[in-house]
Amino acid sequence: MSIMATVKDISCDSEAQLADMIRTGGPFVVKGGGTSRIGLAEGDRLRWTCAQFDYDPGALTLVVSAGMSVDAVSERLAAEHQRLAFEPPDLGPLLGRDGARSIGGMVATNASGPRRVAVGACRDACLGVRFVDGRGKIVKNGGRVMKNVTGLDLVKLMAGSQGTLGVLTEVSLKTQPIPETTATLIFEGQTEVEAVNTMSRALGTPFDITGAAHLRQVADGTPARTLLRLEGIESAVRYRVEALQQRLSDLGEAAVEWEAAQSEATWRAIRDVTRFVGVPGDVWRLSVTPSEAPGLVAAIAPLDVIYDWGGGRLWLLMSAGTDVRAKMGKGHATLVRASDETKRALGVFPPENRLVAQLSKGLRLKFDPEQKFNPGMMG
Amino acid sequence: MDMPTPNPDLLAQKPKLVAQLRAVLPSDAVTDAPEEVRAYECDALTAYRCAPLVAVLPSTTEEVAAILRICHQMGVPVVPRGSGTSLAGGALPTADCVILGVARLREVIEINTSDRYIRVQTGMTNLSVTAAVESDGFFYAPDPSSQLACAIAGNIAMNSGGAHCLKYGVTTNNLLGVTLVLADGEVVEIGGAHMDAGGLDLLGVICGSEGQLGIVTEATLRILPKPEGARPVLIGFDSNEVAGACVADIIKSGLIPVAIEFMDRPIIRATESFAGAGYPDCEALLIVEVEGSPQEIADQLARITTIAKRHNPVEIRESQGPEESARIWLGRKSAFGAMGQMGDYICLDGTIPVGALPTVLKRIGELSEAAGHMVGNVFHAGDGNMHPLILFNANEPGQLESAEALGADILKLCVDVGGCLTGEHGVGVEKRDLMTHQFSPADLEAQMAVKDVFDPTWILNPAKVFPLAVSAGRRGAQ
Repeated sequence: MSIMATVKDISCDSEAQLADMIRTGGPFVVKGGGTSRIGLAEGDRLRWTCAQFDYDPGALTLVVSAGMSVDAVSERLAAEHQRLAFEPPDLGPLLGRDGARSIGGMVATNASGPRRVAVGACRDACLGVRFVDGRGKIVKNGGRVMKNVTGLDLVKLMAGSQGTLGVLTEVSLKTQPIPETTATLIFEGQTEVEAVNTMSRALGTPFDITGAAHLRQVADGTPARTLLRLEGIESAVRYRVEALQQRLSDLGEAAVEWEAAQSEATWRAIRDVTRFVGVPGDVWRLSVTPSEAPGLVAAIAPLDVIYDWGGGRLWLLMSAGTDVRAKMGKGHATLVRASDETKRALGVFPPENRLVAQLSKGLRLKFDPEQKFNPGMMG
Repeated sequence: MDMPTPNPDLLAQKPKLVAQLRAVLPSDAVTDAPEEVRAYECDALTAYRCAPLVAVLPSTTEEVAAILRICHQMGVPVVPRGSGTSLAGGALPTADCVILGVARLREVIEINTSDRYIRVQTGMTNLSVTAAVESDGFFYAPDPSSQLACAIAGNIAMNSGGAHCLKYGVTTNNLLGVTLVLADGEVVEIGGAHMDAGGLDLLGVICGSEGQLGIVTEATLRILPKPEGARPVLIGFDSNEVAGACVADIIKSGLIPVAIEFMDRPIIRATESFAGAGYPDCEALLIVEVEGSPQEIADQLARITTIAKRHNPVEIRESQGPEESARIWLGRKSAFGAMGQMGDYICLDGTIPVGALPTVLKRIGELSEAAGHMVGNVFHAGDGNMHPLILFNANEPGQLESAEALGADILKLCVDVGGCLTGEHGVGVEKRDLMTHQFSPADLEAQMAVKDVFDPTWILNPAKVFPLAVSAGRRGAQ
């Protein structure tokens, strides 16, 4: 007779109940919308479903249950002409998953899109958290105000911790007004070295570039494109587009996309890595210094690449099973999409130096002494 | 305010400690003569003073590591010190401690304008970082008002902000990597010049840890292109409520000014008689500053004045040039000096949700009257960071205590309306005993658990941040 381990789906919307379940159960796979988990872990799928919402547009702040969907939050913000500035990606399509992204998952994965280059990552917009740790203790940290240095900052620690330190129940977030005008400058046909140089020059101007990306030529004949986004009040954007073109005039003529919907679609595709959706191969995400990026890409020779954050973030499409880390110098690489077998063989998250690994392990053992949350996921 | 009783065993071991430190440091880097260590007896919270046992001034990461190895092995508390500008007593010594100053760590290690970062030793002052990249058209954004003197090490320890963080964020949003010396002398590299450090966000928890997790000797900082220009507008109102509503409307309009400063009537009057900036005598003044090209500035200021006019201001004065800008800022920048001329003062920095501003100002007025201390308020209105200045007379017995009691009531009020005890100065010793008002035992336990990981024997700045009764068991482990 074989014994089949049964994995339960557990939903919960009361903190006290959640704490109780954590004390008595486990191990758990902490689950938000199920769209963005990239690490491997096994256990009962634990999902926090509470969806409360407290929003103060005049203070640019929002307190929201971790169980609420990102799309529902975005909709409510849009009604007040505001948004989450860090442009959280939806990796569901890339990873082949259905489901609605949750606020908890967004924070736990520190999900940050192209605008990160200008406004910071998800963690930079996180003002406060509530979570239940592995001993079933309810902990709050930070608050709902924009400036807060009261005690140690566990908010940042929870952001990007992939659910390994606790189950987020509530987060406070900074919001941003939606600018009235968006324009995208497009340079065609640049090499990758030229593109990074263009992006660095643009990001070094005082014109508040809020997106800087480069895409390779595609088979249908669309040439390589280097994209620079400007946002703001209309007169400012018009002035900046012109001033930027002047500063970069030695690079030739840039086309300007003034249609907001078109710009939005372009940047959404970069945000969600749409180019690699449904295309066979592993997907890696690299964090590097921009000037080192083209050389590194040449050395790795991926099937395709997207340069975001001015070249600071690279999305690589690789033949299945290829390890890119051997070629890395500084910076790090995360294996976002691959078979479980490849993920087990190569590791999803970047290796850490001895002391960082020791400190991180120490923190996990403090917050989750019995390793109940996403056991083994991050190391 | 209590501090732990000095450990007599450590006091007795001073000769051995000094000998060991002298063995690993240049002779002029160790100070132990009682009349000389007194130079380190306080920071900018001058009401509390205590000379340390020894003061050390290392010049390299290796020297910092050697000092910490010795102190760790002997169980000697170490109090890190940047430039000593903390308003919260973050660098206040205990009689049995080693003060570790970073003042000699002053090198620029690398400047990279194409990848937009600078790597520095952390004894450099905040302003000297900007000076190092200014000729390339860049600046370092966090701008605490002590920026001429304060060190990057202290900025990282306190997660310092400034007037312009509405647009640019605070230290944690501009820090990419650090070299951190742990309590046992191990040296760890965290993050780097790339944008996300990967793994758990250790950088995030180190920033603002008030020197309790390790000593940051080198830091990689994000630098930004300097804006083309900036200009303010001054707007006066006859009611705090209306001024608060105007701030909310400006923010909701979609504009992001780089600064929105708020002054209440006591401050307006004090600065007028001190600096004569020509402010109108009204209930509340806003200074709103925007950045960009001349045309962009004009467009943004036009929108702001249109919004302000809907709230019937008593005066709107738009700066037309550098001289007028300086005049508009004059009163605000001399606010602390103006209050200082009227007496001694305590400066708090509790932060509140912006919408609670009118309620809080009204309640501060009542508390001020009941306590018999004048309180003036300057305020980073865009982000809710208050700066109530409580006047008292240090020469009159009991005045410091009653001013501190009023301060505690004001900070509790900030917490009760959904805010926090400190927005940018840090907890230090000043707000340490109020932490239980903001945090539950489980909240504090979670924070202390982080310190346990970085500094298991609690030798780094152990008497700060956490109420002594709460941290007693851990400090006892020394």
